[in-house]
Amino acid sequence: MFKIIRDLLRFNIEFAVGTLITLAIVGLSVLSFFSPYPAEDIYVVAPDVPPSWEYWLGTTSRGQDVFWQMAAALRNTLLFGLAVAALSRVISLTVGLVSGYMGGMTDRVLMSINDTFIIIPLFPILVLFYFVMRDSMSWVLLAVIMAALGWAYDARLIRSVAMSLRTREFTQQSIFSGMSPRQIMTQEHLPYVLPIVFSTTLNNMNWSIGMEVTLSVLGFTDINTPTIGSMLYWANQHTALVAGVWWWIAWPVIAVMLLFIGLYLLATALNEYIDPRSRLSRMGGTA
Amino acid sequence: MRTYAAYLAKRLMQFALVVFIGINLTYLISHSTPIDPVEQTISALTSFGNTSPEAIETMRQSLRELYGMSGTPLEQYLSFWSRIAVGDFGPSLSAFPTPVSELILRALPWTIGLLVVATLIAWLLGNLLGGLAGYYRRNRVLKALGLVAMGLHPMPYYVVAFVLLVLFGFLWPVLPISGGSGMAVQQGFSFAFAYSVFIHSLLPALSLVLVGMGGWFLGMRALVSNIVTEDYVVYAELGGVDRHRILTSYVMRNALVPQVTGLAMSLGAIFTGAIITEEVFGYPGIGSLLVDAVHAGDYSLVLGVTSVSIVAVSTAVLVIDLLYPLLDPRVQVE
Repeated sequence: MFKIIRDLLRFNIEFAVGTLITLAIVGLSVLSFFSPYPAEDIYVVAPDVPPSWEYWLGTTSRGQDVFWQMAAALRNTLLFGLAVAALSRVISLTVGLVSGYMGGMTDRVLMSINDTFIIIPLFPILVLFYFVMRDSMSWVLLAVIMAALGWAYDARLIRSVAMSLRTREFTQQSIFSGMSPRQIMTQEHLPYVLPIVFSTTLNNMNWSIGMEVTLSVLGFTDINTPTIGSMLYWANQHTALVAGVWWWIAWPVIAVMLLFIGLYLLATALNEYIDPRSRLSRMGGTA
Repeated sequence: MRTYAAYLAKRLMQFALVVFIGINLTYLISHSTPIDPVEQTISALTSFGNTSPEAIETMRQSLRELYGMSGTPLEQYLSFWSRIAVGDFGPSLSAFPTPVSELILRALPWTIGLLVVATLIAWLLGNLLGGLAGYYRRNRVLKALGLVAMGLHPMPYYVVAFVLLVLFGFLWPVLPISGGSGMAVQQGFSFAFAYSVFIHSLLPALSLVLVGMGGWFLGMRALVSNIVTEDYVVYAELGGVDRHRILTSYVMRNALVPQVTGLAMSLGAIFTGAIITEEVFGYPGIGSLLVDAVHAGDYSLVLGVTSVSIVAVSTAVLVIDLLYPLLDPRVQVE
């Protein structure tokens, strides 16, 4: 495991850069635990101060220090992404493994439901959900809903791997040695699928964070919890760009873009590790 | 021909299932609400002036009918379906008594026009450039494009939209930054109107194309660089087949197959982008309608837009799925 990571860091530039960016963002979000101000409080510092030695990234029109506000926002955004990814992994792994291994009718039924979730436009449904929940809409509730909606694409990917594992000899051997389907799926197939689960986790985090930011910018989430999305929402509400308070919008946008790029690079590097054929062509094997 | 019929039947079933589950989902969510749209409408309508208690009671009865909230839960569910089937979503609350269906019909052409054009342009350009970048991997320009695509791809739609807004709205004001057509231009079949619509769609379309293209570019480049290492391409090169021909009919054609599936699936996601884009540019489409409806607390309008977008997106996916076998003959056999 550590050897793999070391080699990836040394030979795969995407993995190295992705790790660096992601670690920097995680480090910043951990700093939020040492914040001198509670993240929810407003008017704790002088408003509208441009970036300076005292306030490195400036302050907002609501009297918050952008640096500490952003650290707390990044922490919540990251936790949100992780929560959605972890919850939806459970669903996609179960559906993918069962569907791929069982085949037949089980597979057909599960995949019909799966394809439905891939096609249905989720955004209007999320908006509808906010509309009916409104005041009781919380960070945790949104994470649960997004996890319940966003597992389908990865389930299909996991299923395709499980299907090929099923035809391998060791699966036959496990069946003959009397293992139950549940045992085969959890003990034999799961370890093979885990690398894919890592890379889909990263992609799923990108998706859920992007969705959260989009919903928040329109004001369709719990806007009182500091996240990158709610920071942008408040900046928009105070027309920060028109008022010339550019640092209120620029820093969180830069931070979330770096996070997107970091996670994306890590996912690509992992995909390449899983499918070495693409590595070969990258090294310039042909044309 | 028989295989295509089987394929058609399968896809139509899928379409019916998507619409059925989707609409049920909206019904379930909307009926778990703690807000009562009828009481909301009444308080909105009676906030000015005095209305007698009897009149309010009559109003309550007729509103319950209008919103389909009278009778037992089963009756409500059945009446919901029978009304949805004919596209009747009841009256809008924020534009009372205009029917929701009328508001949606007015907004739909704008969104569909903008989305279809922007999505197709992004798809075509992204795949073409991505394919070239995957095949001619030493080309400097294409390498630079790859870096740009890498930066654009994970960017949220509205960031690009904001940047375009600042660039063309304030720094170099040559394009209109808001609305679907000029205020002074009469809507109808005239050259002036068509030109106005075109000019107004440029910025929102550009923001959609820029972000969308990055994804297609990266996907196509990865696919092509995989295919280039396949044996049949190497043989063709050794056999001296024209490079142009290898690129178009050996490499691109095979790489396009997964990209077409991607196109179908991204239509659902691109709807998300359109909502923000429309909101930023004040475009009179379905996205702006939805956002305004949520802010106005317009229950039936939100429900109507959600249902219509589910049907619209699944129809688009169905159409692409039906065209799919023309590109990849293997699909029919499966």
